[in-house]
Amino acid sequence: MNARPIRLAALLLALLVTALVMTGGTAAAAASPTATAATSGTAVECALPEPKDDDTISILGRICDRREAPAVGVEGVNVSVEDEAGEVIGEASSGADGTFVVDLPGEPVSLLGKSFTVTLDEGSLPQDTEPEVLTREIPINLDNDASVTFPIGAAGPAAAGIAVEALQLAIGGLVFSALLAMAALGLSMIFGTTGLTNFSHGELITFGAIMALAIDRLPGQISIGGANITVAVGVVAAFALSAGFGWLNDAALWRPLRRRGTGIVAMMIVSIGLSLFLRNLYQYFAGAQSQNYSQYSAVTPWEIGPLLVTPKEIIVFVLAMAVLVVTTALLQYTRVGKATRAVADNPALSSATGINVERVISIVWIGGAALAGLSGALLGLTQGFDYQIGFKLLLLVFAAVVLGGLGTIWGAIVGAFIIGLFTELTTLFVPAEFKFVGALLMLILVLLVRPQGLLGRAQRVG
Amino acid sequence: MDIVNLLGFSLQQALGPTAIIYCLAAIGLNVHFGYTGLLNFGQAGFMLVAGYSIGGAVTIFSSSLLVGAVVGILLCVVLALLLGVPTLRLRADYLAIVTIAAAEIIRQTIGAASFSDTFGGQDGITDFIGGFRALNPYGDSVGIPGLVTWSAYDFWVMTVGWVVVALCCVLVWLLMRSPWGRVLKSIREDELAVRSLGKNVYSYKMQALVIGGVIGGFAGMMTSLRSAAVGPSFFATDVTFFAYTALLIGGAARVLGPVVGAIIFWFLINFVGQVFSSATGGTDPLIPSWIMDSNQASLTRFIIVGLGLMLLMIFRPQGIFGDRRELAIDAR
Repeated sequence: MNARPIRLAALLLALLVTALVMTGGTAAAAASPTATAATSGTAVECALPEPKDDDTISILGRICDRREAPAVGVEGVNVSVEDEAGEVIGEASSGADGTFVVDLPGEPVSLLGKSFTVTLDEGSLPQDTEPEVLTREIPINLDNDASVTFPIGAAGPAAAGIAVEALQLAIGGLVFSALLAMAALGLSMIFGTTGLTNFSHGELITFGAIMALAIDRLPGQISIGGANITVAVGVVAAFALSAGFGWLNDAALWRPLRRRGTGIVAMMIVSIGLSLFLRNLYQYFAGAQSQNYSQYSAVTPWEIGPLLVTPKEIIVFVLAMAVLVVTTALLQYTRVGKATRAVADNPALSSATGINVERVISIVWIGGAALAGLSGALLGLTQGFDYQIGFKLLLLVFAAVVLGGLGTIWGAIVGAFIIGLFTELTTLFVPAEFKFVGALLMLILVLLVRPQGLLGRAQRVG
Repeated sequence: MDIVNLLGFSLQQALGPTAIIYCLAAIGLNVHFGYTGLLNFGQAGFMLVAGYSIGGAVTIFSSSLLVGAVVGILLCVVLALLLGVPTLRLRADYLAIVTIAAAEIIRQTIGAASFSDTFGGQDGITDFIGGFRALNPYGDSVGIPGLVTWSAYDFWVMTVGWVVVALCCVLVWLLMRSPWGRVLKSIREDELAVRSLGKNVYSYKMQALVIGGVIGGFAGMMTSLRSAAVGPSFFATDVTFFAYTALLIGGAARVLGPVVGAIIFWFLINFVGQVFSSATGGTDPLIPSWIMDSNQASLTRFIIVGLGLMLLMIFRPQGIFGDRRELAIDAR
């Protein structure tokens, strides 16, 4: 019976090792470019444009001649940016290092979800060059500057292209999956022990993000030895405050309802009301526009071969994986963890064997909310804060939990990784605006074929 | 703003087209949740399908609104079947998750930029209402002088809308006093007992899902008629939750519960909204702007809705007219 969790633990460990290898790889790769300087006369090494820390969304691009190693920038190429209707909304010319910047007009919020087409003017390219691509389409999904690279000349291996793009998307997908898994684990644990499908779980996620933002916005900085660690402190505090918020949720609302013997359906509607209440309260205090934390909103990515990875992504991923491993280890090996799984299995029987069911449920609420809050704070760090950050994630969390099996611990994690990678990788084939749709369709298909989820026990669920 | 104006405005809204939309959506949910115990959290999806049908019939297929309405009803039936097949054999929470997800799938797909040539993207469809406008028998604005007036077009929408509400109420009343309706109520009370009597519970639930979904579709059509436009933002997830609030105020499993509930709900929403907006507006607002500015004022009513929905479900799940014993529903 234990074979399955162990196999999964191995899988998880493999993922973690991959992540660590990646970290090591980046460190090595990051060190190398500085060593070599520009090769030929006027040519300057192809640089990554510096992200700008301002309120507008810009398209940051570079045009690199890859026949040289390291690649050199191509100067004086005219670039135009068109919106979805084909109107030219911005033009630029590449500088000596091959970079160009086009600011997108309009409020950042109104740009989200749209895509823009960047086109090179073939006539302005130097005579002896051969462009690989002349146009690229860039979807704007985050309130961050978007980057784009135009390789020129016969580029490295021919396998580049879809495989590289898939790897690049998989990196984003892994980071997103790890955050989704934390949120899903919380939801699944709460469902497992109390039977409540908590529709206000998204607001627990937002709570973490908003607490991190609030600490970030406090006047002054927190620093240790000259290093500004305000946001890091904010994330840690968000984790702790979310734990307290989870306890409060249970103690003030759900425990009294359980005592009264309120039905599960009634509790689900109460959770809808709580979600509406909290979401509007968040908007009341934080406003409707999306905001970035004061640090790390624009990070220069590292280059690992053809891939771009930001140190922020790596730190977020490693932290999230570490928290997941610790949580699952606690559930698997400690007394409280065993008690939790026993309660999830059969509350009446575990009560009869002397387990304090109410205490276990309280712990699960604290832990589940802390996980959700940490995931929200890290999500806010990676994609910018917005008062609906958790509400938008909620359906994906449901998809992950149902896919893996409602109430199972490993199922929530496995489901989150499948859904997280799936949402990112589908953008290879379909426009980015459909990535959530695909994941939600998967949720419905899973219910048709295997309603108990991948790792759920085959029992009657209705 | 003085009290007569305030009451007049709220009354105008409470009997106006938007209240009718929540009323129809809540009648549909009443069939699902109140009588059958099905937790449909995706009523907005049914509304969207029907709303876009009557808009699209004119703009895409150059057909008439009436054809659009028939197509809308058929599409709601299809949607109900699609949602019911994977979920109705499962526990109540699966239906809730799938319906909320399906409503969002439809909304994001139809609002996608890729289909903006057909469905107008986030802006939606407009310019399809001409045929309905031409039938308007009222030439001038209608109302009670000094208290409340509606524009001629609004009053025409209201006339059609309240007739549809009345017909739906009669339908629900007739259905629920029939043997068929008694089976639905028994499914809500004890599914296993009904099954042991040889009834096909799955089929009854499916029929209830279809009928409630079609009534929800009427709500979507009213949305298109009211706004003379239809867009994805009209059918956000919260619309379903507001309809639930309206239903629970009036009382679930009562024919007139959703009607009274929607009127009271929309009256209170507007009343509270106006009170706070006049308390924060002007040069010397009643509530200082560091506590609440006018943007925040418009949010207070939704904060209150959320709080109200929780308190209602906890302390008075039967609403105004309901019977508490009837609503002691439990999924497990």
